[in-house]
Amino acid sequence: MSRSIWALPHFRWAAIAVLERNFLVWRKLMGPAIVLNFGEPLIYLLGLGLGLGHWVGTVAGLPYLVFLASGVVASSAMTTVSFEGMYSVFTRMVPQKTYDAMMATPMDIDDIVLGEIIWAALKGLFSAVAILVVAAVLGAVPGGWMALWALPVVFLMGLAFAGPAIIMSAVAGSYDFFNYYFVLIVTPMFMLSGVFFPTDSFPAALQAVVQFLPLTHAVEVIRPVIVGQPVTQIGAHLAVLSGFAVLSFYLAVAMVRRRLWV
Amino acid sequence: MTGLAKQSTPLLKSPVVQASGLVKSFGTLRAVDGIDFSIKPGQCFGFLGPNGAGKTTTLKMLMGLADFDAGSLSILGQALPQAARAIRARVGLVPQSDNLDPDFTVRENLFMYARFFGLKRATVAARVEALLEFSELTHKAQAKVDTLSGGMKRRLTIARALINDPEIVVLDEPTTGLDPQVRHVIWARLAELQARGVTLILTTHYMEEAERLCDELVVMDQGRILDQGSPTDLIHRHVESDVIELRGEVSEALFMTLRSMSAHAERQGTAVYIYTHAPMPILEFLADAPELTIIHRRAGMEDVFLRLTGRGLRE
Repeated sequence: MSRSIWALPHFRWAAIAVLERNFLVWRKLMGPAIVLNFGEPLIYLLGLGLGLGHWVGTVAGLPYLVFLASGVVASSAMTTVSFEGMYSVFTRMVPQKTYDAMMATPMDIDDIVLGEIIWAALKGLFSAVAILVVAAVLGAVPGGWMALWALPVVFLMGLAFAGPAIIMSAVAGSYDFFNYYFVLIVTPMFMLSGVFFPTDSFPAALQAVVQFLPLTHAVEVIRPVIVGQPVTQIGAHLAVLSGFAVLSFYLAVAMVRRRLWV
Repeated sequence: MTGLAKQSTPLLKSPVVQASGLVKSFGTLRAVDGIDFSIKPGQCFGFLGPNGAGKTTTLKMLMGLADFDAGSLSILGQALPQAARAIRARVGLVPQSDNLDPDFTVRENLFMYARFFGLKRATVAARVEALLEFSELTHKAQAKVDTLSGGMKRRLTIARALINDPEIVVLDEPTTGLDPQVRHVIWARLAELQARGVTLILTTHYMEEAERLCDELVVMDQGRILDQGSPTDLIHRHVESDVIELRGEVSEALFMTLRSMSAHAERQGTAVYIYTHAPMPILEFLADAPELTIIHRRAGMEDVFLRLTGRGLRE
């Protein structure tokens, strides 16, 4: 008789209604969202890429602006997805009770979580597109049109980061809880996954550790695609990202069920 | 649409809700402790009980939102929990606390909710306008939800619960916290729904609401059903026809005399309640006590409720 939170989730088209809701809300706040998504990378790339880049010169055989832009595409998607999966999802799940309202319709938690994960990944994709546009204007996309192949990878990494963020929302007592995840997970990846400098300068032990970070694998694919170099071990990198996406989706569904089921 | 007369309950139709032996525990607490009830189509069926009686849990089980540990529950001929999604497509829920979408306007809330039922915007466009009118919110259609008063939010929540044209509407304390004007408007709307043949299932702890709206009531306490029947049946069964309330200093001697003259008398703080089928002799006797405030009224559901569940605080 009793339901188990660990039952395998279903994939249903009902999830699209969540995307539709979030898109309609986002559209109302599009102005500030676009300023954030285009303005922030522009400042980053100009400040660090041109300013710091002047002193750094080339990194891993690339002008620093090119090296940085291709890394920030990935890190910015991670940050965007994590914010969406934590602050926004928590708001809808707890204070706003949006999910309670949805659950009184034929929608199930499976549909809600699936919709939220896809939505968060799409927001990450949007931020990556914004950075690519800014970088292209600054002449920092040597890969040309082939750089667009980075976008499906960004979407996949978005899925991989959305699940963990929603798990945090499902177990959080308040917004303050997210500080742990940002300080312990997001910021270390931001600094250690090869976004700002190559990881080969690390001691061997740390190099081994960064291989467990999903952002490292995202950068390893996204950077060469954007700068027009061949990708090595693409299968392994995509497998790691896919593994994070699938496992964290399953756990996110289970944790949200645990929180919302009576 | 405007007829408020209650439809006679169709006795021959099979029940829309059939519950037997329902049990739901939270840890060691048996929130719902083996209850049976059945609800006929077109009825207004009420769950009455103090806080913690298990009313909300029961409603959540009806919606397929709460699991149950034992018993069986079927809605519209389909068994829960297996058919939960199919059942929710045909039922509307008005939750205890409003959970409208604050990022949308009044009209957008209705359209968006239809989408969660998988209904197309074009399909519900006319229904949305009709519901805005039904809930007297047409002039607020473009307003954001945050700008609405409590009563408007409640009306919108009720309108939203009707977006899928449900056969059953479940309402968890529909008028708690609202002013009397709004309560009367909501009661009128609910009576209208019932006149259209919609089955209403509600919880309340307003006795007036229960007496006015419900054809059939169950009184719950501590997860069990204490009694069930129409408001009139319950009043006849549990209390005398008249109540005389005394406010002021009632001496023990006077209290004992009153007790011997009536069927039942009790003290509650500085008030005394006297229950009787024959009020006249008592009132004549009390005419000699002008220092007391005397209120004589018909017995109501509140008296039944207090008789069944006691006067102790529930916190």
